Amino acid sequence: MTSEPPALDLRSQVDHLISAGSADLASLCLARIWRKEAGSVAAAFLVSRFEQVHGKLDLVPYRLAVLRSFTLEPAIPLIRAEAFVRGIDLSVRLGDFNAYAQEILDPDSSLYRFAPDAVILAAKTADLAPDLWHQYPDLAPEAVSTAVQRVSNSFGQWIRAFRERSSAALVVHSLELPPRPSMGLLDGQQETGQSAAIQQINRQLRQMASEHRGVYTLDYDGLVSRHGRLHWHDERKWLIARMPIAADHLIHLACEWLRFLVPLSGKTAKVLVADLDNTMWGGVIGEDGMTGIKLGPEYPGAAYQNLQRAMLDLKRRGILLAICSKNNPEDAMEALENHPGMVLKPKDFAAVRINWTDKAQNLREIASELNLGLDALTFLDDNPVEREQVRNALPEVTIIDLPEDPIAFAATIQDSPVFERLTLSSEDQQRTTLYAMQRERTQAEQSFQSKEDFFRYLDQEAEVAPVSPATLARVAQLTQKTNQFNLTTRRYTEQQIADMAGRAGWHVLSIKVRDRFGDHGLVGVAITRDEAETCEIDTFLLSCRVIGRAVETTLLSHLARVAAARGRQRLCGRFVPTKKNAPARDFYALHGFQHVEENLDGSVWTLSLQRHTIASPDWIRLKTTEGDSH
Amino acid sequence: MTFTILDQVRAVASDLFGVPVNRITAESSPETIEAWDSTQHLNFVLALEEKFGLQLFPEEMEQMRNVGEAARLVESKQAGPR
Repeated sequence: MTSEPPALDLRSQVDHLISAGSADLASLCLARIWRKEAGSVAAAFLVSRFEQVHGKLDLVPYRLAVLRSFTLEPAIPLIRAEAFVRGIDLSVRLGDFNAYAQEILDPDSSLYRFAPDAVILAAKTADLAPDLWHQYPDLAPEAVSTAVQRVSNSFGQWIRAFRERSSAALVVHSLELPPRPSMGLLDGQQETGQSAAIQQINRQLRQMASEHRGVYTLDYDGLVSRHGRLHWHDERKWLIARMPIAADHLIHLACEWLRFLVPLSGKTAKVLVADLDNTMWGGVIGEDGMTGIKLGPEYPGAAYQNLQRAMLDLKRRGILLAICSKNNPEDAMEALENHPGMVLKPKDFAAVRINWTDKAQNLREIASELNLGLDALTFLDDNPVEREQVRNALPEVTIIDLPEDPIAFAATIQDSPVFERLTLSSEDQQRTTLYAMQRERTQAEQSFQSKEDFFRYLDQEAEVAPVSPATLARVAQLTQKTNQFNLTTRRYTEQQIADMAGRAGWHVLSIKVRDRFGDHGLVGVAITRDEAETCEIDTFLLSCRVIGRAVETTLLSHLARVAAARGRQRLCGRFVPTKKNAPARDFYALHGFQHVEENLDGSVWTLSLQRHTIASPDWIRLKTTEGDSH
Repeated sequence: MTFTILDQVRAVASDLFGVPVNRITAESSPETIEAWDSTQHLNFVLALEEKFGLQLFPEEMEQMRNVGEAARLVESKQAGPR
C-alpha cells in the first residue's frame, strides 16, 4: 500500500523558515501540517519545532500539571501540539505513577513547586476502586456503599486540600464504567449494580466540584462512551505498559483536555460569523430560490437545521452570531425572515453583512461594529477558497474548517473548543440583546451635535461595589477576556480574585452601568493594593461595550477618592502594552498622572492625591456600595 | 511518485526521534538513535498503530528492533486479515 506521504515538503519548509528567522510563517506552516495530519507523528514534529520558535511568537504561556494513575506520556505531545496551534504555549508536568494523593496533600510537593495554572487529575476506576472493579460480586450491599463513600471522600479530601494549597484550576476525570459489568445483564436490572455504584461516585464528584471555585469535572466516562468503550480500551497495552487507551484515541483525550484549557487560558472566541449558501442552508438562494434551497426537518435539509440548532446553542452560551454572505441582500433576507425551515431568526444575529464585498473586509467591519478585536471572531464557511483567503488576510480570525459532508457540520462547531465556557454569567446569556441595545445607541448618537449632549441624553448610571459571591465569576471572566481597554492584562481565576479580595490592603471593585436604552451589566473591574502611602492599581479594565462613554473616568475618580479617604498619598498605575490594548495607552496621561518610569514591563504613572483629584463627569450618576470586600 | 512502507516508517521515526529523515535507514535502531529509549519505543509503536490503523502485539513490539523490522511488521499486518 502507498498512501499520501507525510507532508515532507511542508516540514522542510518549516525548518527553512525557522533558520531564516520567520517564526510567524513557520507557525502558520506548522498549523497547516496539523490540519492535514493531526496525530502522534505530527505532534512530535510540531512540539520540537514550536520549542525552537515559541519565544518569538505571540502565545499565551500556560502551565499544566497532570496527575495520573496510568501511562499518559504519549498524550503529552498531542495536547502540546493542539495547544500551540491555538496560540497557547503549553508546558506540561506529568506526575509520578499513582503519586497523585501525596502530591495533592503535601503542600511542598513538586506539583505546587511547578506553579501550575491548571491541574488534571486522571485516575482509573480500577486503581481508585479496585474492589468495585474487580471484586464486585463478592461485595455485600453495605460493602458497596462503603466503597462508594470511601472513593467519594477521597475525592472530597483531595479537592479541599488542593483548594487550600493552590489557586490553579482543577479538572478531575470522572470514573469510567466497566465495559462488561461483572453481573452481566443483571447489572442493569438493579438499583445497586456495579455501574450504578460507579455512577454514584461520579454524581458526588460533580456535586463536590460545583461547590468549589475553579474545580471542574471532565466527564471521562462520557468521553469513552462517545468514542466506543470497546475501541477506546487497549487491554494489551494496559497489561504491558499501564497504557489503557488505544493509539488512535489518545488524540481524543488530548482534545477533551484542550476544551478546558482554551477557556481557562482565555483563548475563546466571542463571535461565530457564518456564511449562508451551502452553510446555513443547502443550495444558493439567489439561484434556487425559497422553494429550492434545502432546509427542513427531512434529509438533506435537516443537516442544515442541525447546524442552526447548534448555533442557537452557542447563542445561549453567550456567543454572538453574525452573518457574512455574498448575496443580494433582498434574496437572503427573504429566506432569513420567512423560510419555514429557518431555526435561527434575524433577531438572533448581532451583525449582518450580506453584499458582494470580499469577506475579509466584511469581517473587519463586523469586528468594529461589535467593538471587538478580530481575534474574537470565528469564521464558518463551506467554501475552502473563502476560508483560505480569510486565513491569509486576517490571521487573527479562527477559521472553522467545515467537512464536505453537511451532516457533519453541526458536530464540527460543537467540537470546537473556542466556544467552550466554564461559567455562564447573566451577561453571557443576554449578550445578543445587549448588542441590539448598542445598535440603538449608535443610531441615537448620530442625531446629536456634541458627544456631551449625547452623554446627557444617555442618562447613564454607574454603580461601584466590592466584588461579592454573586459577581465573582463575572469579575474573573472580565480579567480573562478583556483585551482592549485593559491597562495591565493580568488574567485571574475566580479563586485568585477571591484570595485578593480577602487580603488586607487589597480592594477588588466592579462597576455596573445602565442607561436609558438598558442595562450593560457588570462591565468594569479595578483591583488596588495599598502599600504604605501608595495605592497601586493592579488591574483596571473596562468591557469594550462602554469604552468612550467616560465610565473609565468615573471609576478612576472613585479609586482616587477612596484611596485618599483611606489616607493614601498617591495613586500609582501601570500600563503594560500588549498587541491589543492600544486604546488604553494614554489613559493615565489624560487623567493628569505623572510618567515616572519606563521599564521592561511598560510604563509607571503616579498621581499625587494631596494635590489632585479626578473630576467625575457630571453626566454619570454614581452609586457606591460601601463596605470592604472582605 | 510512490512511497514505500519503509519510507513512511522512516518519516514517522524522523518526526518521533527528531532525526532528519535522510539519516534514518532500515538499520536505524535504539543503538544508533539516541532518543529511541523505552518511552519513545512505546510512542513509536502507538504512532505506527495510529498511522497505519493496526494493533501490534507485545511480542511484536519486542521484535521491532530497528526501522526495517518495524516496516516489515507493518507490511505483514496490512497484508494479513484485519
